[in-house]
Amino acid sequence: MSAFILRRLMQAGVAILIVTLIVFFGVSVIGNPVDILVSPDCNQACHAQAVAALGLDKPLFQQYLIFLWNVLHGRLGTSYVLGATAVDLIVQRLPATLELAFSAMALSISIGIPLGLWAGLRPDAMIGKSIMAGSILGFSLPTFWVGTMFIILFSVELGWLPPTGRGPTVPFFGIPVSFLTLEGLSHLALPALNLALFNISLVIRLTQAGVREVLLMDYIKFAYAKGLTGRRVILVHVLKNVLIPVVTVTGLELGNLIAFAVVTETIFAWPGMGKLIIDSIQVLDRPVIVAYLMITVTMFVIINLIVDIVYSLLDPRIRYQRSAG
Amino acid sequence: MRTFRTALLGFAAAVCLGTTAATETLRIGLAVEPSSLDPHFHNIQPNLQIARQVFDFLITRDHRQQLGPGLAVAWKAIDDKTWEFKLREGVKWHDGSPFTADDIIFTVGRVPNVPGSPGGYGSYALGKRVTKVDDLTIRVTTDKPNPLMLNDLATFAIVSRKHGENATTENYNTGPAAIGTGPYKLVEWVRGDRIVFEENKEYWGGRTPWDRVVFRPIASNASRIAALLGGQVDLIDNVPLVDIAQLKRNSNVALSQSPSNRLIYFALDSSRHISPFVKANDGTALWPNPLRDARVRKAISMAINRPAIVERIMDGGAVASGQIVPEGFFGHDPSLKAEKFDASGAKKILTEAGYPYGFRVTIHSPRDRYPNDASITESIAQMLTQIGIKTEVAILPASVYFTRASRLEFSFAFYAFGSDTGEASSPLNGVLSTYNAQTGAGAFNRGRYSNANFDAVMQEALITMEDGKREQLLREATAIAIGDYAAIPLHFQINTWALRKGLRYEARTDENTLPRSVSKAP
Repeated sequence: MSAFILRRLMQAGVAILIVTLIVFFGVSVIGNPVDILVSPDCNQACHAQAVAALGLDKPLFQQYLIFLWNVLHGRLGTSYVLGATAVDLIVQRLPATLELAFSAMALSISIGIPLGLWAGLRPDAMIGKSIMAGSILGFSLPTFWVGTMFIILFSVELGWLPPTGRGPTVPFFGIPVSFLTLEGLSHLALPALNLALFNISLVIRLTQAGVREVLLMDYIKFAYAKGLTGRRVILVHVLKNVLIPVVTVTGLELGNLIAFAVVTETIFAWPGMGKLIIDSIQVLDRPVIVAYLMITVTMFVIINLIVDIVYSLLDPRIRYQRSAG
Repeated sequence: MRTFRTALLGFAAAVCLGTTAATETLRIGLAVEPSSLDPHFHNIQPNLQIARQVFDFLITRDHRQQLGPGLAVAWKAIDDKTWEFKLREGVKWHDGSPFTADDIIFTVGRVPNVPGSPGGYGSYALGKRVTKVDDLTIRVTTDKPNPLMLNDLATFAIVSRKHGENATTENYNTGPAAIGTGPYKLVEWVRGDRIVFEENKEYWGGRTPWDRVVFRPIASNASRIAALLGGQVDLIDNVPLVDIAQLKRNSNVALSQSPSNRLIYFALDSSRHISPFVKANDGTALWPNPLRDARVRKAISMAINRPAIVERIMDGGAVASGQIVPEGFFGHDPSLKAEKFDASGAKKILTEAGYPYGFRVTIHSPRDRYPNDASITESIAQMLTQIGIKTEVAILPASVYFTRASRLEFSFAFYAFGSDTGEASSPLNGVLSTYNAQTGAGAFNRGRYSNANFDAVMQEALITMEDGKREQLLREATAIAIGDYAAIPLHFQINTWALRKGLRYEARTDENTLPRSVSKAP
């Protein structure tokens, strides 16, 4: 197991190095951030001073070497635009994004699996059909539209929930979170549901398809023949086998939720990382883009690792293969 | 909802009666969050408007950007190169220490030397030597006569020497250095979520109606409006044009509007003999470049139907213009009107200039950088095609656009210029003077227009101390450039703020949202 983890981490290191190369040179090809950042009344001398202040007057490969040197010393650079170190900016916003992503993930699992199970067990009943039809809506309605509709309905018309922003935070193991207060939860509800909508549908469909497939398997028939209760068959034999693809997909989706929650974050003015990265891309704020992607890649690697471990817990065969190999 | 809140406030007030009055909080929804609270880090409007809460300026600007006393109460030019300023007495920093001439000297030294700054206010502070006469009197000397001294000194905030020495931009962002003399004290800034201020009760300019001010960045237009309608904020800036009509009908909302100082214009390549995006009708390179001919540029200006753009594309949210600065600005010429739309006249002039069958051109434009930028460009392309100039449109994201623009890769391109100094010499000199990296002239002259006559008048205006004479020279320079069609002015945008009913805002040309100017309607 530890050799496996070590190999994974080395792969991650190579991936991160490649990402920095691509982003560093890619962003430089697009354009010069100073051209976007300086105000029009900044004259030529002021322009040149800004270029020098950001270190952009040096040749590109030299800039890259300086960057690598700094990374080795634990410095990921200072934002051109925000005047703060990239790591600080991201770490400041990470808890908000993680909170949103995990809430959305919790919603999609706690709503998606039961509904999918129901729809899979009774595919021809009215409720089963409605669940599947509803999940198509969840797939196809664009997030930005649903988000705006949520705000109009629940905030402007009904006045139940606040339209934007994050509630007051309290420290939870040192991390500022907002889901522990009632006001925080009221701020969290709409964006989390909006972000979860697509994933709820995804989980419903995966579970439903899985259940229908597994129900036809011989071991299920055998379990019934053995005289097990329906409850035990469904919860142990059906559900456990259905969960493997669900875990894979939710694992991947969690990464997506964390890295690309930007639409939801923008609509609900949620102070997360998505907004930061989009703003940074628009003004070519290279240090933030590079640092953000390095952190994101690391996160994806870790999530995939956890997914692999969860697999082995769910499916003994995977565990045996690994210990053999 | 609202009655409930009123009742609740009333209840709270009743409970507190006899101890303290209820605190009045103003909540503002901002389209763009500042990038830093360091007032000298980056010269952009979102930072400036937040700096105006914490800090004061030597010279202030009113809602039309005209100058008035700030931390300096009186001034006079002792000779052409020396100004003397009397500073306001009894002003205190937020920590209680007194404001003195030393703070000014420190500020002028700091402004051009902020590490990592992507373009600050250096060009306004460089070349100014500040000497202290006594604690509340300073002299500022320059090498050349500088009639724009007051405008220059109105651009940057005055910071405290005590808190600013050795302070980094980060120290301003997190608070320890953000000690000003301004109307509000910084309480906290949570990036992406809120900036909170409390009133500076000892402010020299008097009390404001608000004990506490909260700025919330809400970038999405629809969400910003929803936050106002839902009662989460009291005031929003940057109301999108398409929503104005609907908000006007809403009796719970009040609007406040003002033309902005931001001119939308087109720069034409009037210097190169062969321009990259000007082609003959058969697609081959065209020599000479027709945009060098002032008659062709005039035809282009006449072919543009400005009232139609203002009405249909901008939903009335713009004022057509025939010059560089809006009404009420120093150097504005009331006799210069926006070009009249005259397609047949334009065609005639094009024929006279030797292009009866027109030519081909590509207009470049950014997208989503300015309101409706791409739509404006597309409609102008159609108007030009109607007079025979077959026009294509290339829309680019701002990140690519501005780099290519400063490399002069375009022939005909969309630009905007905000006259932040409140007068005409900065846009005239920046946009239309002959490009000269030594003197800093024409830094934003993307068409590389060059006219020795214009330059001479402009240079004289830049060293003429007497206001009346200088304004005359600026008008003269404007007339030369506009007569030459050096650039094609289109319109000034209109800025719109929306407030909950019962509040008023004095709309500003500089797009700033200042809580001090928000009052309760009687």
